[in-house]
Amino acid sequence: MTPHPLLEVRDLTVEFSTEEGPVRAVRGIDFTVERGRTLGIVGESGSGKSVTSLAVMGLHRGATVTGSARLDGTELVGAPDERLRTLRGRRMAMVFQDALTALHPYFTVGDQIAEAYREHFGGTRRAALARAVDVLGDVGIPEPARRADEYPHQFSGGMRQRAMIALALSCEPDLVIADEPTTALDVTVQAQVLELLMRLQQERGLGIVMITHDLGVIARVADDVLVMYGGSAAEQAPADTLFTTPRHPYTRGLLDSLPRLDAERGTELRSIPGSPPSLLAPPAGCAFHPRCPRHAARPDARCTGDRPPLRTVADGHRSACVHDEVTA
Amino acid sequence: MIGFLLRRLLAMAATLLAVCALTFAVFYLLPSDPAAQFCGKDCSADRIQLVRQQLGLADPLVVQFWHYVTAVFAGRSYGTGPYAVQCHFPCFGYSFQSAQPVWDLMTDRLPTSVSLALGAAVLWLVLGVGAGVLSALRRGTWLDRTLMVGTIGIAALPVYFTAMILLYLVVTVAGILPYPRYIAFGEDPAGWVTNLILPWITLALLYAAIYARMTRNSVIETMAEPYVRTARAKGLREARVVGRHGLRPALTPVATMLGMDLGGLLAGALITESLFSLPGIGKLFADSLNKADQPVIMGITLLASFFIVSSNLVVDLVYAWIDPRARLS
Repeated sequence: MTPHPLLEVRDLTVEFSTEEGPVRAVRGIDFTVERGRTLGIVGESGSGKSVTSLAVMGLHRGATVTGSARLDGTELVGAPDERLRTLRGRRMAMVFQDALTALHPYFTVGDQIAEAYREHFGGTRRAALARAVDVLGDVGIPEPARRADEYPHQFSGGMRQRAMIALALSCEPDLVIADEPTTALDVTVQAQVLELLMRLQQERGLGIVMITHDLGVIARVADDVLVMYGGSAAEQAPADTLFTTPRHPYTRGLLDSLPRLDAERGTELRSIPGSPPSLLAPPAGCAFHPRCPRHAARPDARCTGDRPPLRTVADGHRSACVHDEVTA
Repeated sequence: MIGFLLRRLLAMAATLLAVCALTFAVFYLLPSDPAAQFCGKDCSADRIQLVRQQLGLADPLVVQFWHYVTAVFAGRSYGTGPYAVQCHFPCFGYSFQSAQPVWDLMTDRLPTSVSLALGAAVLWLVLGVGAGVLSALRRGTWLDRTLMVGTIGIAALPVYFTAMILLYLVVTVAGILPYPRYIAFGEDPAGWVTNLILPWITLALLYAAIYARMTRNSVIETMAEPYVRTARAKGLREARVVGRHGLRPALTPVATMLGMDLGGLLAGALITESLFSLPGIGKLFADSLNKADQPVIMGITLLASFFIVSSNLVVDLVYAWIDPRARLS
């Protein structure tokens, strides 16, 4: 085993300067992804989950990133563009949400995959195209040689997402960051795509970062979970622990708002009252406190002081809630 | 594909026929009398009546229109006997004022207009698209601001102003270039360029500013597309990300606009040609309007609509060639 974890992120902070002032989209998060494991990052839009992944990839254009992100020991934050470029696509690859807009409408699917392969490995166009057909076959696209000559708009949604995955895997990366890879798909296709990702992970020992707002996806694929709220980590735990003994009231709220088949008919779906915090003017203290049932029941000065840090509440389980109780 | 082309060509023919009918109807309603023009100044009313009959102007409108349309394919003659005037195929009417078929008048002037339009287009594409792309890629910098403020200034200049200033500075004061006159490319390529360069600049400045702003917006929009981010995520070099993945889609609307603008300009840049006294279609049109030379006005109207309709078709074909989504499966 190599001594380094595949991806080690420490105190990662991403700040944008906007006309209305600086926006801290991500404020000091830590996580580790090991080979063959999947980290799920959950959160609503604006929680900083996508920005985190773009910062790791070096695709955060115009933002200031501080902290550390090491890919197999190599520091990515502050690395020269050219260095990052040679790692992108080759060692770490991304699967984007909507393959229809993420794939280029003017070029054939095979061409787009071959282009990435040639960029990193060189060789002839013909060899790269042959490689593209191979990976398209690997991700379960029937008649890959024929489909490689087609354009993205000629693919169905599920096939297009498979093609997107094939593109990400074409250079045999170690780390795949999947940003809402199944959100645009219908449920049965969603399951197929997740299964495909898990199969490829087993075959190749991929480390996967799965970014989603869907706890169902997390339950299916993640080994570890990072729950993000307002740019910070609210809770971090192994997936089983998180689902059985959530500690942070936000995580609890998320779990409670899942529709349940065993609920009585006519029971109203639960939701978290209020709306996500503004990144421009975040609430003081815990970003969640204006919506927090615990804070409403038992206001605490620590909720409104500094933003509460993550604290270890059990082995491998960390929560950023100042209220100490176990909420299982 | 062939079916598509055939349908489009038929639609083109129908459009042109409609334009033809419309202009014909408009001129029929105008007070000016071709028979009087044919006959000359000191003509008696009886004589004009005779000429009217000989020219077929006494026929019903529909019959006259039929003669006009068939003449395009078969040619015709106006009048009979020793005074008959021959208008050979393709006959788009006969200018009695200049005693020439309209077709000959137009084809004489066409090379001038085409030279002017194409040369100016090359210039404004280089300037406008160049400035627009640069501005977009350096968005928010002083270069971007300078270019965009500059283009507003240039866009605000009227053509006659630019033309006069250029003529004064370059021809009168500096004496670097001769006063423009048209020299055919085949005769003297260098002379063709030196004589057309001022009209090219005048016309190009007008369009370059618009193209620069449009290109800038289009490039900024495209570079924010998810597929450009994907290209970066693949680890492509930035030059390739911009050149292959960004600019191609960004310039598609520019190509569309170019087709339309060129289509309009091929049938003459009226003001620019008049300002530089270039014998192009635009100048011919202006002169014919002054003289109320109906057949020529009508011929040029048809020629202009032909160029516009066909450039539309070319734009659509080019579009389908660039963007596979526009192709018909």
